[in-house]
Amino acid sequence: MVGERSGSTGGLVIEGLRVDVEATGHAVVDEVSLRVPAGRVLGLVGESGSGKTTVGLAVLGHARRGVRIARGEVRCAEVDVLALDDAGRRALRGGRVSYVPQDPASALNPALRIGVQLREVLEAHDFGGSSAAREARLAEMMAEVMLPGDADYLARYPHQLSGGQQQRVGLAMAFACRPSVLVLDEPTTGLDVSTQAHVLETVRDLTRRHGVAALYITHDLAVVADLADDVAVMYAGRIVERGTVRGIFAAPSHPYTRQLVAAAPDIAGKERIVGLVGRAPAPGRRPVGCAFAPRCSLATDECRAAFPPVVSVAADHEARCIHARPGALARPPLGASAAREEGNVTLSVEGLSASYTGVQVVHDVSFEVSRGECLAIVGESGSGKTTVSRCIGGLHKEWVGTVRLGWATLERDARRRALQQRLGIQYVFQNPYGSLNPRRTVGATIRRPLVLAGVDDATADRTVAETLERVALTASYANRYPDQLSGGERQRVAIARALAHRPDVLVCDEITSALDVVVQAAIVELLAALRRDLGLSMLFVTHNLPLVRSIADSVVVMSEGRIVERGSAARVIDAQQEEYTRRLISDTPSIVRALA
Amino acid sequence: MSAPATGSPVAGASGAAAMDEHRPSVWRAALGMARTRVGIALAGLLGLVALVGPWLAPFGEQEFVDMPSTRDVPGTLLGTDYFGQDVLSRFLYGGRSILVLALAATALGVAMGSSLGMYAAYRRGRVDEAIMRALDVILSFPQVLLSLVVITMFGASAWLIVGTVALSTTPRVARIVRGAAISVVERDFIAAADALGEPRPRIVFAEILPNVAASVLVEANLRLTYAIGLIASLAFLGFTPNPNAANWGLMVQENRSSLAEQPWGTLLPTLAIALLTIGTGLIGDGLARATAGIDRGRAQD
Repeated sequence: MVGERSGSTGGLVIEGLRVDVEATGHAVVDEVSLRVPAGRVLGLVGESGSGKTTVGLAVLGHARRGVRIARGEVRCAEVDVLALDDAGRRALRGGRVSYVPQDPASALNPALRIGVQLREVLEAHDFGGSSAAREARLAEMMAEVMLPGDADYLARYPHQLSGGQQQRVGLAMAFACRPSVLVLDEPTTGLDVSTQAHVLETVRDLTRRHGVAALYITHDLAVVADLADDVAVMYAGRIVERGTVRGIFAAPSHPYTRQLVAAAPDIAGKERIVGLVGRAPAPGRRPVGCAFAPRCSLATDECRAAFPPVVSVAADHEARCIHARPGALARPPLGASAAREEGNVTLSVEGLSASYTGVQVVHDVSFEVSRGECLAIVGESGSGKTTVSRCIGGLHKEWVGTVRLGWATLERDARRRALQQRLGIQYVFQNPYGSLNPRRTVGATIRRPLVLAGVDDATADRTVAETLERVALTASYANRYPDQLSGGERQRVAIARALAHRPDVLVCDEITSALDVVVQAAIVELLAALRRDLGLSMLFVTHNLPLVRSIADSVVVMSEGRIVERGSAARVIDAQQEEYTRRLISDTPSIVRALA
Repeated sequence: MSAPATGSPVAGASGAAAMDEHRPSVWRAALGMARTRVGIALAGLLGLVALVGPWLAPFGEQEFVDMPSTRDVPGTLLGTDYFGQDVLSRFLYGGRSILVLALAATALGVAMGSSLGMYAAYRRGRVDEAIMRALDVILSFPQVLLSLVVITMFGASAWLIVGTVALSTTPRVARIVRGAAISVVERDFIAAADALGEPRPRIVFAEILPNVAASVLVEANLRLTYAIGLIASLAFLGFTPNPNAANWGLMVQENRSSLAEQPWGTLLPTLAIALLTIGTGLIGDGLARATAGIDRGRAQD
């Protein structure tokens, strides 16, 4: 099916690609040129909205509804993709070029057995020419992705597989017809680190072994450092820097890349993460010159006049910035927070066991949080960490045990707690797109806890303005609606709502997982400042172990509803005692370890 | 989070969702559609006739004019009805009570239905089951039958008509609104309100209602269409607050035996009821399309 796959001819070449919004003609991505030789992995990184996925889809000759490929060239193993007609592109996809989408659960048809779906790919491309050859290939594929290939397993439906298994079925499908080019669009987002490690291992192994040119789209820099050979950084629809993994991470040259690298938490890092406020401009609102100039500390008039040309920084390393200078941003070292007041316990949890409709999911969990302390609860999905936080917040009612705020023992249901207790524990939710009422202004949202506390109007107005400023927004945000804000701004508003009536404890449930990495770092900096200034205690629930280093004093590691390890953040990450924690840490990709 | 055209699928999806939430109003989107405008023209015209008609009528509501069921009567436009009254005047008088009763019944039914639906969605569990199964019992009676049973027992007072029509509307509205509210209730801002201990009525009316308002609006329009039909049918069967008063439904019944000699007495009210319901139906359809986002993209960007 695929003939030539030698180094010089195969691979993926993108030249001067531009994709437009159909109605307005504004560029979604522009001047994108990339080269991925056969057998290598190029990591395409950037924040959401930067155009990564648009580029990935263009490799398949596809553009989403409402956008069109305006100009440029895409060659996959010497085939000019954009010159093909619809039938030609259909034959290409799944054959010469494959795509692995982000969410395997929605990419697989829930009504068809996986065997049927895998055979479909082979049949569509008439792989091997006979059904015997296809069956042989099917068995081979399953072995390649390390899944059992027996009839029983192939007769399963997608919902009978775990997320990691589903994604490996997706990989098997992508590799079915031995493609020359593979586009992977955030294939491990939403998977646990151990599952992610397996999937990455499979991708690495198959691309090397079969000489596949892979475009790996992600926002996770550590994954790129771990897996890719080369990196391209996108910002506001353009490639701003391109180089080898070592070049980009050891000597980032574009100011944006520097911010990106400085914002990435690392499990083996010894420095604090640094964030950046603001957001990338949307298509149609991009300035004439460099799109990063409004957020850039080095920007000059020259930057705003025209988009900078390509500047070569080192061999095989170039950036589009006239101020490009290789070298990582200086960051302060990690240090213990001074805010913690040992012995002054704000929140204590004793023997907490929780269940869902009779099925116990949390077993005998106990911990204490001192005033000014940040305790991280870390665990994979299903470990019960969110359930614990919801019990404390009074949102989950099926539990036994004792939760004390100060000296007072709390009722199970938030509604049965005293007003001061409800206001004393404030919950910040994972998804800032769901936690704010879209029909209500930011000001009205932040005001509610104050109104419930019986604060008078003038004081409430003043407090709303003060709180907005405390979370690094301005008082004018009070009149805006949530959909006029970026994800990071929304999460700041959610934090402001929690802070409005001066709580004792802030329960943060995965609050940065829906945010881009530079925004995440800015939120982490904000939380650190709040702890320092207000003496706030914090419970930080996360699956993101590297982040814990930057924010928490102490850590509780949970697995299957139980605490498996606890201690100071530095101790747990650098000198873990338990096998489970050790595995969790070794499975977590790290930039520092990848470069070492 | 910019235009849905950019970025990862996540960004695209949330961008589109944000756009939905930010639509200026369902009304404005609906007004962009021809069907809505035709609907508003029809319903508006008939509504106007019903409301202003009595002041324009050349004769009194129960004034004897000439021989019964005659087409060519000097001084009248459309002749006389079965009782020798002016058809045009009866027609102009006969819409008001239907429209007022239908509007009142719909308002009451939608208010009860959407409150119950939202509350059931918010509470879930046993409260939800109790409310919805109780409403299912009402739903199991055919709409007309329910009204007929009650009205034949207690007489056709205006309030009883409004009440029974509202009662038969309630479970239907409740089901739709509950369905719309279920997805709102699962969002974290409701949990945030719960954690703050906001009073439950406030959560239902201040947090949930603004987010299901579009569904309520669409459903209200649909229910108005049915209410007009139902109240006209009841009138046709003779159940009106005042049997001597002019009423479109009643007019059809009174004049149908003389359809051959004097078709206007039957035709005019039939046409009016039909156009009024088609009009409100078209408005509802336009609103539903605007809410669901059908035809979106044609006018956008």
